Amino acid sequence: MNLKLRVWRQAGIDAPGRLVDYRVEGVTEDMSFLETLDLLNESLIMSDDPDGPISFDHDCREGICGQCGVMIDGIAHGPQRATTTCQLHMRHYRDGDTILVEPWRSAAFPVVRDLVVDRGAFDRIIASGGYISVATGSAPEANLTPVPRPVSDESFTAAACIGCGACVAACPNGAAQLFTAAKLTHLNVLPQGQPERYERTRAMVDAMEAEGFGNCTNHGECEAVCPKEIPLGTIAKLNRDYIRASLRAPAKT
Amino acid sequence: MAVQAPPKAERRVAPWPVSFYGTDVGKKVVMALTGLIGFGYVLAHMLGNLKIYLGESSLNHYGEWLREIGVPALPRGGFLWIGRAVLVVALILHVHAAWSLARTSRAARPSDYTKQDYVVANFASRTMRWGGVIVLLFIVYHLLDLTGGQANPDFVRGDVYGNVVASFERWPVAIFYIVANLALGLHLYHGLWSLFQSLGWSHNRFDPMRRSFAGVFAFVVTAGNISFPLAVMTGIVG
Repeated sequence: MNLKLRVWRQAGIDAPGRLVDYRVEGVTEDMSFLETLDLLNESLIMSDDPDGPISFDHDCREGICGQCGVMIDGIAHGPQRATTTCQLHMRHYRDGDTILVEPWRSAAFPVVRDLVVDRGAFDRIIASGGYISVATGSAPEANLTPVPRPVSDESFTAAACIGCGACVAACPNGAAQLFTAAKLTHLNVLPQGQPERYERTRAMVDAMEAEGFGNCTNHGECEAVCPKEIPLGTIAKLNRDYIRASLRAPAKT
Repeated sequence: MAVQAPPKAERRVAPWPVSFYGTDVGKKVVMALTGLIGFGYVLAHMLGNLKIYLGESSLNHYGEWLREIGVPALPRGGFLWIGRAVLVVALILHVHAAWSLARTSRAARPSDYTKQDYVVANFASRTMRWGGVIVLLFIVYHLLDLTGGQANPDFVRGDVYGNVVASFERWPVAIFYIVANLALGLHLYHGLWSLFQSLGWSHNRFDPMRRSFAGVFAFVVTAGNISFPLAVMTGIVG
């Protein structure tokens, strides 16, 4: 099939951007969305197009690395739920369709080039407390710390977050609550996460707010576009732990 | 070698309620708590006003009773003024937090998408800010109309029933009341569900009921309030 792509082109971080129309011919229904961009790029490399090929982030192309992700016709990761852009296949489109492709838009995610954004803000939130401190040495006995199955399930559901940034991109407020809540829930419900639970919550939420994200107003758009289906309930947990953390005296240093 | 002690950090930390309100999550908690106060008030207000259907003396007697609550421990009207003070403080905090959070959120998305398709955000969640502005303007008018009487030429202090009838017999006023209460209903529908999230009240047992809770109470308050102008316009009351 032949498609028309309207793609955001931006030469650099401070350069003005614009939408450019391209025709892509010979797309098959088994191609992924990224392969369609590859196909377009092959023709752009061979042509004398001054903008050159379209830059976009990608790595594993099997939906688990969290690198890819663009707004496709106004929906983060496109029309299919619980799917990353790389796992979206062209069978959802018909010959002659026009598809609008834009980068994530958030003050905290500056556009680096075309469809590539800098998600370093997520890394800084993780660095502020998204870990547990353990004594290194030989590995402890595996069953030393019993974890009830519902608790490990809850933790794992949150730990499935791949940090793609679709939650921020889809949020009408540009909020990063779902990402931060997923990273907090992942550790805060487990026994290993308890010693630093409230310090972690305070540090990560404060880091999130310092990055210039917006505020959660509970639209639920993040949960709807999340490729890993992180539940909105994790945000309630974030709020509960932050309230508790604020009531505890900060650690004396 | 002499080791110099690092200078003591002389950072003044604001008291807890102030520093907590300084965070975005804290502001959301304040919005939820003040919203809960507002919800409790509009529910009680609507239920009390149902006495209009029991007749003139019933409603006016109820109005008189509101001034008598707490007497003699409180002076006459004391409870009413304490209530008003709580509501005014709650309203100011609610509006300030909303204004401040909206500004942050606007700054978080400096350039809009060419196209954005909402998947699950509903009309209620997307009209919280403007719906809130309509409700705020309505509160100002409502106080001038039926509490102070400045906007009601036929206002008689103490004659609650007569004032309500005189007000709603002017159809533009009745229409404004209905529109404002529909806005309030939408605001309550999203707010009553949203506050569970903001306060961290989430549990597998009751999570599925949170939407229904919001829907039922938003409907009850809105239906009750809208019935008053409709009853006057159709002659059931008056």
